Amino acid sequence: MPDSAKAKPHIKPSKLKTDMAVDLIGVNKWYGDFHVLRDINLKVKGGERIVICGPSGSGKSTMIRCINRLEEHQQGQIIVDGVELTNDLKKIDEVRREVGMVFQHFNLFPHLTVLENCTLAPLWVRKIPKREAEEIAMYYLTRVKIPDQALKYPGQLSGGQQQRVAIARALCMSPKIMLFDEPTSALDPEMVKEVLDTMVGLADDGMTMLCVTHEMGFARQVADLIIFMDAGQIIESNVPEEFFNHPQHERTKLFLSQILH
Amino acid sequence: MTMSEGDLAVMELRFVRAAMLESQPPPAGMRGAVGWLRENLLSTPFNITLTILIGLLFAWIVPDLIRFLLIDAVWSGADRDACRELVQNRTVGACWPFVFERWPYFVYGSYPLSERWRVDVFFVMLAIGVVWMLWLHAPRRGLGAIYFFAVVPITAFILLTGWRAIGLEPVDTVLWGGILVTIVVAWVGIVVSLPLGILLALGRRSPMPAVRLFSITFIEFVRGVPLVTVLFMASVMLPLFVPEQYSPDKLLRALVGIALFASAYMAEVVRAGLQAIPKGQFEGAMAVGLGYSQMMRLIILPQALKITIPNIVNTYIGLFKDTTLVFIVGIFDFLHTVEVSRIDPKWASPVTSTTGYAVAAIFYLIFCYAMSRYARATEARLGLSDRR
Repeated sequence: MPDSAKAKPHIKPSKLKTDMAVDLIGVNKWYGDFHVLRDINLKVKGGERIVICGPSGSGKSTMIRCINRLEEHQQGQIIVDGVELTNDLKKIDEVRREVGMVFQHFNLFPHLTVLENCTLAPLWVRKIPKREAEEIAMYYLTRVKIPDQALKYPGQLSGGQQQRVAIARALCMSPKIMLFDEPTSALDPEMVKEVLDTMVGLADDGMTMLCVTHEMGFARQVADLIIFMDAGQIIESNVPEEFFNHPQHERTKLFLSQILH
Repeated sequence: MTMSEGDLAVMELRFVRAAMLESQPPPAGMRGAVGWLRENLLSTPFNITLTILIGLLFAWIVPDLIRFLLIDAVWSGADRDACRELVQNRTVGACWPFVFERWPYFVYGSYPLSERWRVDVFFVMLAIGVVWMLWLHAPRRGLGAIYFFAVVPITAFILLTGWRAIGLEPVDTVLWGGILVTIVVAWVGIVVSLPLGILLALGRRSPMPAVRLFSITFIEFVRGVPLVTVLFMASVMLPLFVPEQYSPDKLLRALVGIALFASAYMAEVVRAGLQAIPKGQFEGAMAVGLGYSQMMRLIILPQALKITIPNIVNTYIGLFKDTTLVFIVGIFDFLHTVEVSRIDPKWASPVTSTTGYAVAAIFYLIFCYAMSRYARATEARLGLSDRR
């Protein structure tokens, strides 16, 4: 195991090539006959933090999963840092290399150690030498405060630790954009904070982030913009202050009254 | 001051722990041999009954088996008279001299006597390869894989079939037989069926309709036909369509038939494993930027193959025993050589057949049990990362 890297290894800070990190223009998506995303328009500039909330089934997960093409959209344009997502596999790979994702259920690779989980993509996708990949992995594992778990298997960690590994794994690819799909919903209450703290740290570093979450405290603290979705469409978007204090749409008011006690 | 009943109830509800409880060792009956017996053999009345029944079954079979194979067995003799009760005037068990005399035939079939060293070299090479691949702490396992999958097959082919240019007399495969054939057929089947099965399984799940259709057609067609039919088609029907001089060797045709047959079964085994991998693993792999082949090779297949080890080995064991079916197209595998020998008039006696079959049973049991044990050990080793 490499020493838990104290000094930051030569990690190239990845900058966006364009001003616009994510641009969704008139995006529509159907599951069979079911219209899940309806005319979604969303622009995310570099360094912006977007929090997306809404009732379950509102299409918020589907929307961010379209951004790295885990889901396919049928109409409209999705442009990620100047690359439009189409059926072109090269473009899809290009986007996925630059976009990190953290899932509700972690999706760590159970047959690999924590360290291997983190070095896998840099080794095989970025073709970084093993030593360097391990240095980078240890740097990020230190950052999410679990360098001492590097040689364990994911199954031996707690949920909160696993989710932090998942964040470190995504960061090891030095992504320009991070997507979070309900990262704390599957965690025990006591572990939510450690994951949120990690995310706040990331936001402070200026990472472009799109988070689907119901952690309203987190939203208030870091979001530049909050988006409320229902029935496959964006109902309301506003800065946190306004969103929480003066919601406009009836549906938003109802939603907020349900979750803020 | 007296307490009313209401006060008492409140008192009982309130509780604050003063001292934390230390962890205690389990009661004595749970540990050691007694604990093991109690838990595994005598836990319920049903379990006790089973234990007794199985004990009786062993008591019934094992003594007879030992008596036949060892105590009453004949160990030396020149022909059938040694193994006949009428001649020997005693109870006669296994007729081992028959096996001793016929053993070279069981191993090599009719492979020319002067060339049998070539078969021995092949066995040794294969054994080295198998140990190199299966022994986890063996040095240079990467080299071992090249040796096992490239060096051994090519050398074995040249060695066994012969090559005049380097002074090895060609040996027609018609002369091959016994354990040699069984090992060759099983080995080719085992080595070919896993990669081919994986490809077919991936093909069956492919989003490309042409690939999927081909895989499904192949798998369903091959699975829908008995192995005996596949062998018959390979050895009887193929020559009808292909001119004699281009028609491949009989053993080769059987090899191809068995390998394809096993691949179809393996494909379904692997597919079951792929099916069991949660969608999140695919998404996790895609999200970090892995391409399809990397995702399959690094993330999905290692997990899918791990959970299918019992089924893969099951298929291998089935395949190993199915190799005996090649006798139907006139190839002398191990069982067939036993079969031919036991009706040899020189050794005709009431115990000859039983002895021959006992040898065959022991042979197949050793190989199949070894596979089974190795698979268990692998499962246990890979179980480390099981706790999700």
